[in-house]
Amino acid sequence: MATRLKDVDAVMVGMGWTGSILARELTKAGLSVVGLERGPDRVPGNDFVLPTIRDELRFGRRSEFIADNSIETVTFRHFPNESALPMRRWGAFSPGEGVGGAGLHWTGHHWRFLPSDFVLKSHTIARYGASVIPDYMTIEDWGVTYDELEPHFDRFDKLCGTSGKAGNLRGTLVPGGNPFEGVRSSEYPNKPLKQGHAGELFEKAANDLGYHPFPLPASNASAPYLNSEGVQIGACQYCGFCTRFGCEANAKASANVCLMPVLRKDPKFELRTRAYVASLTYDKSSRKVTGVTYVDLRTGEEYEQPAGLVVLCGYVFANTQLMLLAGIGEPYDPATGRGAVGRNYCYQTQAGTDAFFEDKYFNPFMQAGGSHTGIDDFNGDNFDHTGLGFLGGGYISCTANGMQPIGARVFPRGTPNWGAQWKRDMVKWYGRSVRFATQGCSYASRNNFLDLDPTYKDALGRPLIRMTYNDTDDAQKMSTYLLSVCRDIAEVMKPTHIQQRPRPKLFHVVPGQSTHNTGGTIMGTNPKTTVVNRYLQAWDAHNLFVMGASVFPQNAGYNPTGTVGALAYWSANAITTRYLKSPGPLA
Amino acid sequence: MADDSIPRRKFLLGAGVAGTAVAAGLTSQGEAQTPAAMPAAAPSNEPVTYLTLSALEAAFLSAVADTMIPADELSPSGTDCGVVIFIDRQLAGSFGAGAKLYRSGPFRKGKPEHGYQLPLTPREFIGVGIAATNDWVRKAHGKDFHRLSPKEREDALKSLEARKAELDFDAREFFDALLTLVMEGFLADPIYGGNRNKAAWKMIGYPGLPALYANSIDEYRHKRYLVEPQSIADFS
Repeated sequence: MATRLKDVDAVMVGMGWTGSILARELTKAGLSVVGLERGPDRVPGNDFVLPTIRDELRFGRRSEFIADNSIETVTFRHFPNESALPMRRWGAFSPGEGVGGAGLHWTGHHWRFLPSDFVLKSHTIARYGASVIPDYMTIEDWGVTYDELEPHFDRFDKLCGTSGKAGNLRGTLVPGGNPFEGVRSSEYPNKPLKQGHAGELFEKAANDLGYHPFPLPASNASAPYLNSEGVQIGACQYCGFCTRFGCEANAKASANVCLMPVLRKDPKFELRTRAYVASLTYDKSSRKVTGVTYVDLRTGEEYEQPAGLVVLCGYVFANTQLMLLAGIGEPYDPATGRGAVGRNYCYQTQAGTDAFFEDKYFNPFMQAGGSHTGIDDFNGDNFDHTGLGFLGGGYISCTANGMQPIGARVFPRGTPNWGAQWKRDMVKWYGRSVRFATQGCSYASRNNFLDLDPTYKDALGRPLIRMTYNDTDDAQKMSTYLLSVCRDIAEVMKPTHIQQRPRPKLFHVVPGQSTHNTGGTIMGTNPKTTVVNRYLQAWDAHNLFVMGASVFPQNAGYNPTGTVGALAYWSANAITTRYLKSPGPLA
Repeated sequence: MADDSIPRRKFLLGAGVAGTAVAAGLTSQGEAQTPAAMPAAAPSNEPVTYLTLSALEAAFLSAVADTMIPADELSPSGTDCGVVIFIDRQLAGSFGAGAKLYRSGPFRKGKPEHGYQLPLTPREFIGVGIAATNDWVRKAHGKDFHRLSPKEREDALKSLEARKAELDFDAREFFDALLTLVMEGFLADPIYGGNRNKAAWKMIGYPGLPALYANSIDEYRHKRYLVEPQSIADFS
């Protein structure tokens, strides 16, 4: 029997980016807030320090900051008529665990989705006609526009101390920035990161081809910055240890660096770590949740935490799992297309290219995770899709291969993987290749979705989330197109060899790709096909809000965190200015 | 420490030294065929004691490490770089015990795209894989893997890598696991027992720590940054 705890005004389920943003905004509005975090606390100055943080084996390979699969994983299958098997260890994607969540070990690529991304369905129909949308494709408008989100994107930039160069400042195109981006109300907080030689070569080649290269925006601060919460952010040291690591310089933005120092001093906020939320308590008749139950992972004891407001701030899978288990909203059924919870699961259609240069050396260890150079000419609907046979696109970026040595084993095809010749090739090619990433969008399909697995259980005995996913034909065509652009650019750079890594026909859960899973509790304007309204409020429980990329109706050709942060501030604003005054459905 | 001029490991490996089970398992004619031209670098003064590997497993992994990372002018052999010590410690620790691995059943064979689906921990998987590989090698050669000639070892590993070896359990990931462990041991920070004397980092020109380049990136954009590598222990 769960021990019933004292009521609080609001409870955050998960203390990554969105949990900390919502906690901060709600305590400022006078609410008492409890943050429940399944993993341990993680504190800059203790957990991310020299020299121990520069440990590729511990953090990069043994994944210290990545969620523990013995507690929770997902099962996976390609198609609805198959049985799913569990991911016994993460591979393609790596959800986080502990304070900071996946936003602790991210790289720092910090984007805003395009204005057209937020009105994808209506924009596509208006420009090309409804017939270009394949029958299986279930793309939606978000119910919120870029212009509505812009002030919130801006707030998130200033929380993170993002580095970059505006391309469209209040409607004026600015040379050196991304000319395709939505209108920005202000310049980036920090100047762009310094680019390496790989970026220079890419920039020149892209310019020669008539494209519009720019330094990618990143929340790796290029200079010290006092953020919007009065927290001092440090300057990036170009150490090469971003992805899967914490930042000892406090230069890579995370909840740990940017917000937790303020929340830790806030008397209205209480952090409880190793508190694993097991269920939402749902009162269907009043269309409200009354709180959550959680297990204290230190003792196994169960607690009921009553709360006036519950905010789901977990990863995509946890948010969807809690909604399905609570029976809030109708589960999606791929056979009929009915239902909403679990619908429109999407991913990121990434593919790569490597270019090798016998005569160049790139000091690959000397860069920031975010110091890529890229183009946005082939993202979203930035280019005319007439006759191409696919929708969407993605950015293309370039950086040197091999920031850390175990992961630096990238060779021209045909090179042996071991032995005397391997050693010679390792010496020959280390530091002499660059990689291009194509960050392709992932548009929803009726056959890609999340539901509860009938067989496999998590550490609390709950059904795991079952992922049914494979790239759509449309996504594969789009990715092939981006790779052809990539090859054109690479050829202008005159490398010794070029090789491409196209998408496999069947999605593979093992090779690392990106932790950009989206959907499952999507936002929109139709309560029958979406789970939350445009303010991220659950249609079927007005005091329940859902944060994070699980609300994306489909994924755009960008890393998701910038949009996740903007949506969190947008929702927090609706809660504090409207909902608290008059609790009830906001839309 | 410094005056311990006869490292115990070499003592145990020396031909004709019987009297311990470890030594008995390791001495063989096969080792006599190992290239004699070992670089002088990297003898460790620490005795070789294993936390989890059996003598046969250690001999197998040593033979694998030295076939994958042979001694030459670029680096000492995998074993002399500490790769076997590294693997032993990894398998004896939480990684080997299956930390962070989802281990609930039922266990079913999946598609390759499902990744690892066996009920074994990494420690168990390596043990089972070694035994199965030795069984397969014995069928063809009448002896264990570590007793093969360097050329035979190379051919056997190539068969494993190409999935042509007929092992008696689902071993499709065994070769990949071996290669990964050897490469991790060769290239990881030396605190884990491999990459002894930062041999691998010296070989490729990886500078290691502290990796504070904010003031160097402009200067070295077009020229190679090459320094004596430093590791975590150098700053501890």
